[in-house]
Amino acid sequence: MTSIDTERTVSLTVNGVPREARVPVRRVLADALRDDLGLTGTHVGCAHGVCGSCTVLVDGEPVRSCLVLAVQVQGAAVTTVEGLARDDHRGGQVLHPVQEAFRECHALQCGFCTPGFLVTIAAGLEARDAAEEITEEEVDELVGGNLCRCTGYTNIKKAVRHAAATMREDAR
Amino acid sequence: MKPPPFRYADPGSVDEALDVLAAEGDGAKVLAGGQSLLPLLAMRLAAPATLVDVNRVPGLDRVEASAGGVRVGALVRHAGLLRDTAAAEVQPLLARATADVAHPAIRNRGTTVGSIAHADPSGELTAVLALTGGSVTVARPSGRAEVGWRDLFVGPLETSLSGPAVVVDAFFPALAERSGTAFAEIARRKGDYAVCGAAVVVTLDEDRRVAAVRAAYLSVGPVPEVHDLTEAVAGKPVDSADWAAAGALARTLVDPDTDLHATADYRRLLVGVLTERTLAEAAAEAAGRTAA
Repeated sequence: MTSIDTERTVSLTVNGVPREARVPVRRVLADALRDDLGLTGTHVGCAHGVCGSCTVLVDGEPVRSCLVLAVQVQGAAVTTVEGLARDDHRGGQVLHPVQEAFRECHALQCGFCTPGFLVTIAAGLEARDAAEEITEEEVDELVGGNLCRCTGYTNIKKAVRHAAATMREDAR
Repeated sequence: MKPPPFRYADPGSVDEALDVLAAEGDGAKVLAGGQSLLPLLAMRLAAPATLVDVNRVPGLDRVEASAGGVRVGALVRHAGLLRDTAAAEVQPLLARATADVAHPAIRNRGTTVGSIAHADPSGELTAVLALTGGSVTVARPSGRAEVGWRDLFVGPLETSLSGPAVVVDAFFPALAERSGTAFAEIARRKGDYAVCGAAVVVTLDEDRRVAAVRAAYLSVGPVPEVHDLTEAVAGKPVDSADWAAAGALARTLVDPDTDLHATADYRRLLVGVLTERTLAEAAAEAAGRTAA
């Protein structure tokens, strides 16, 4: 018999760390990450899938964490903006090339939308062949699903090209 | 806002899902990709008592392309269909229309079949299902049955399905020989709901003359509409057919509404423009697939 619940315990991996939370079934992943797991890097903007601020990776693919229930990621691997930086093997961390590019190109002002952009762009750049030069169409497609009301996108697109170039260098 | 309270089940088979749907009654709703349903919950436009999540049901995530057409399982994500080269070969409209569905992050989660069952008249794949004369397979406690697109779509966000039912797949017939297709839509922002969109198919005869022209439109009526535009260009050589005449005919056949985003007149104008543009593209493809 299928169980019908109003509350469940969810086990998942977040940024490589096994985590568990007891949640009401109506809780969306974005709220579970922020309120139950204390990972407030994921921002909730519109809460209905339009703005892209809450984008996280579920099993490596960008998804809107406001449009996935926490109970649906049982057993999944989730990566948030807190998981983008890499171990530098000297006891510290280095920023992801996309994070570095955002800093370099001044691709943020208020920063509210930034986590969603970072996660979306990082996954997009990692999924493509780093040796190929990035096209304007690819850049537009990478940033087109996220809303930023400060920058006018010019510097965000500059950062995408910058990060792609860095990753191209690294791939050589 | 946050979704209102509901009860949640994630059955492991279609039969179990039907059992839960039957037991929970009219307040139960099937959840697949959730990219339309969860926004409706967040905006408090829907408040189902129970969500029956089918994501755990095995076997529904397959795309089966055969000579006759493409069968898309209920858990195939838009992104998965977009990547499926065998499906694109059998029915090129699938990938062409899916590329205009929202943004990559939505396409990674949302499902083709879910968007059809959602019956949004601005849905890209609802129009493609209609244009290709497709159908869905509906599982009910009494068994499975095919439901053709004309019998499925009743109104905006409304299908003919009632009682415990799960749409387990959608079938899109193959592109006929000597035919070509095209898809285009106009949205205020790329990835947003289309203000107007068109999916078309052009079929030529063996002498490369226009034999049949059909078009389906998004966001122009309460349900997807298919119009036969053959009479405007019938028998014309493919290279000299007057696609603007077909566009003008299309404008007389549609009856769009005015809303916040566009007036009815503007939508009718777009129907003409998109029809002309897509037919030229589809005709070129049809010509390429027809021996000279």
